Amino acid sequence: MAMTLLRFSTAGSVDDGKSTLIGRLLYDSKGVYEDQLASVAKASVNSSGGVIDLALLTDGLRAEREQGITIDVAYRYFSTPKRKFIIADTPGHEQYTRNMATGASTAHLAIILIDARNGVLPQSRRHAFIANLLGIRHFVVAINKMDLVDWDRAVYEKIHEEFTGFLHKIGAPEAVFIPMSARDGDNVVELSPKTPWFTGKALLDHLETVNADEDLAAAPARLPVQYVVRPDLNFRGFAGQVASGTFRVGEEVLALPARRRSKITRIVTWNGDLESAYAQQSVTLCLADEIDISRGDLIVPADQAPHVARRFRANCVWMNATALEPGRSYFIKHTSHQVRGVIRSVNFRMDVNSLERVGASRLQLNEIGEISIQTHHPLYFDHYADNRITGAFIIIDPLSNETLGAGMITGIEGKEEVRGQVSEGERSARFGHKAAVVLVEDTGSAYLLERELFDRGANVAVVGVAPANSASLAVAGGMILIVTSGAAASAIDLSGLATHEAVQHLERRGVLISQEEQLLEGEGI
Amino acid sequence: MDHLDLLEAESIHIIREVAAEFQNPVMLYSIGKDSSVMVRLAQKAFFPGRIPFPLLHIDTKYKFQEMITFRDEFCASIGARLIVHTNQAAIDGGANPIAIGTQKCCGLLKTRALLDGLAAGGYDAAFGGARRDEEKSRAKERVYSFRDEFGQWDPKNQRPELWNVYNARVDKGQHIRVFPLSNWTELDVWQYIERENIPIVPMYYAKPRPMVVRGGSLVSAEQEFMLLPGEKTEMVMCRMRSLGCSPCTGAIRSEADTIEKIIDEMKLVRRSERENRVIDHDQEGSMEIKKREGYF
Repeated sequence: MAMTLLRFSTAGSVDDGKSTLIGRLLYDSKGVYEDQLASVAKASVNSSGGVIDLALLTDGLRAEREQGITIDVAYRYFSTPKRKFIIADTPGHEQYTRNMATGASTAHLAIILIDARNGVLPQSRRHAFIANLLGIRHFVVAINKMDLVDWDRAVYEKIHEEFTGFLHKIGAPEAVFIPMSARDGDNVVELSPKTPWFTGKALLDHLETVNADEDLAAAPARLPVQYVVRPDLNFRGFAGQVASGTFRVGEEVLALPARRRSKITRIVTWNGDLESAYAQQSVTLCLADEIDISRGDLIVPADQAPHVARRFRANCVWMNATALEPGRSYFIKHTSHQVRGVIRSVNFRMDVNSLERVGASRLQLNEIGEISIQTHHPLYFDHYADNRITGAFIIIDPLSNETLGAGMITGIEGKEEVRGQVSEGERSARFGHKAAVVLVEDTGSAYLLERELFDRGANVAVVGVAPANSASLAVAGGMILIVTSGAAASAIDLSGLATHEAVQHLERRGVLISQEEQLLEGEGI
Repeated sequence: MDHLDLLEAESIHIIREVAAEFQNPVMLYSIGKDSSVMVRLAQKAFFPGRIPFPLLHIDTKYKFQEMITFRDEFCASIGARLIVHTNQAAIDGGANPIAIGTQKCCGLLKTRALLDGLAAGGYDAAFGGARRDEEKSRAKERVYSFRDEFGQWDPKNQRPELWNVYNARVDKGQHIRVFPLSNWTELDVWQYIERENIPIVPMYYAKPRPMVVRGGSLVSAEQEFMLLPGEKTEMVMCRMRSLGCSPCTGAIRSEADTIEKIIDEMKLVRRSERENRVIDHDQEGSMEIKKREGYF
């Protein structure tokens, strides 16, 4: 009896019946226990009086019960023999855009409620816009309170047409429309005799059967490394949850940012080794070669590398009372990787009511806009439209530690500027090191070091006797020049060191950008 | 992947994030079925390595003897490092639910003891096995739940939590409570225990036990001071749906003496599991008040 799992989001205003709809789903699917029903009946506020108020099943906190509104994201659970459902339930009012985005971020389907009496309101549009922005590909439009318009098919058709046009305009996928009365249960679990003209499925039937598995399986394989499992000297595994795609034993993979290649030798789990690891599985990969991989690195198929860049554009939902200010330094947390970054500019703001782009230089609480970011170290990412895990990040305040905003990467930045001169920073971002001249007197050791650095992706060469202008040559090419004699005093002397000691020394000196993000407070770009 | 595979993978992801990002995490271990599942998930997360953090049990000294026996055997069998913390001063001072009431008793022996236990270890992250389906205020709690210097939860000022990207930043003295089982329901937990053959305290299985029948509830006779004048114990076929302290944990009449039967019972039963926990009902919204003060 294998049950699948569907996560969906709901959003709606105080009185369009959303809480009642959820209460109805929980109640009719027996997701509510008798004593919880009894405590709802006992609760001090019962806005509809008399009959059990299904909405009270979902309004959790005291403050809300007092105000009679839902104020945050609440997660609800119910299951049928076919599926387990996780509902991310969020309020609809404008000031809670951040909650709506939060709820949508993990959902695969969104239910948008429209009150049949009021038609399409800005809030319904806003919800669809945010759900689409957060990458939800399945929409259900529940046209509720049809009983209050005498189950008039014309009302349903008009809303259907208007909202379909709207979804098309914002580039959202097509929706399934269902006329219903959540209060009385019409078309919620069972098809209602009151809508003989409706040819679709009842809501629960649709939720049970919709194939909302995103194309995670088809996307290129990605494993953000969370943790290096190293119980003893004989075992070294890279633990993480497969973000997308499939990894197979024997497959050639690339580890970023080191850009080292290796082969998968084992896929380890407690329940036994696997031949393949699929999207969403938490596994531990073992590789054939001793590569220096740590938390925050990304393992990908050798022929399907992601984007690697320090400058990119992203859609951003701002979630803090203190506005986003260009020029400020924040922490950017992306998969298991955290780096410093600066918001270079706010490119525009979206008016979530008119859905027009508006000029803006900052983003206020609950505003959505496009920003340009530059990070201290490169991120390895996909566009959010292609991958909801490797294309997403959060913005954290380095002082207050609060989560300030959420970002969805839309593109690499700065192609135009790159047409001109290549900067020193661009070279070091690409090669993972700064320019340097190093002295290794023993020629054999010099070539060993060259090989080690080259395999890590470095732009490195052994040049023997130092040319007169070696320092400026190194800078011009963004290179590490290894000389065996005649070095200037400014050269880094690594003579007599073993290769790994030489590498460590270069890391300490800040020539090689360390693969761990050891960021210090106050460290800027 | 079925629903249990997905829940498992999500929980393992959370546990690994915490182990990687915090200096000094600890896993709160309550001996109950949810703790048993959480510990198994931690074993899986770091396999073939060991769980890289200790387990912490807040012992009120009113736990059932069967629980303590199980705890010690279980932790020894998996090689886990177990730390037990008790508010001994309060117990010496006579704290029990009859003498000082359930609210104060929980405040001293659970909430206070927990905060002291966390402070004593200097932990910056503490895993708990709470699930969002247990109680309404929990439905809104984040997976990473920020606690201030006093261990308090502010439900109106929670950090936004998107995708599976968690904000692990805290200042000294603050900590994060982490709930890897947030998205599990009671039924999921039982199905997983069955599938994975996870050891649980025998009290979850029905057998004849000496109980006091008081109103609609079955009260354990293990602590003698809980008996009211004139009350007698009788043998009742029953089991526990939820394990707390013996004075405050009721049993349900049940014939379910195997996991299969418990799951069948779960599917039929229409009363929620915390109903038999006296402490949740002492005040309207009582779980939320306890949580604000630092309770799990």
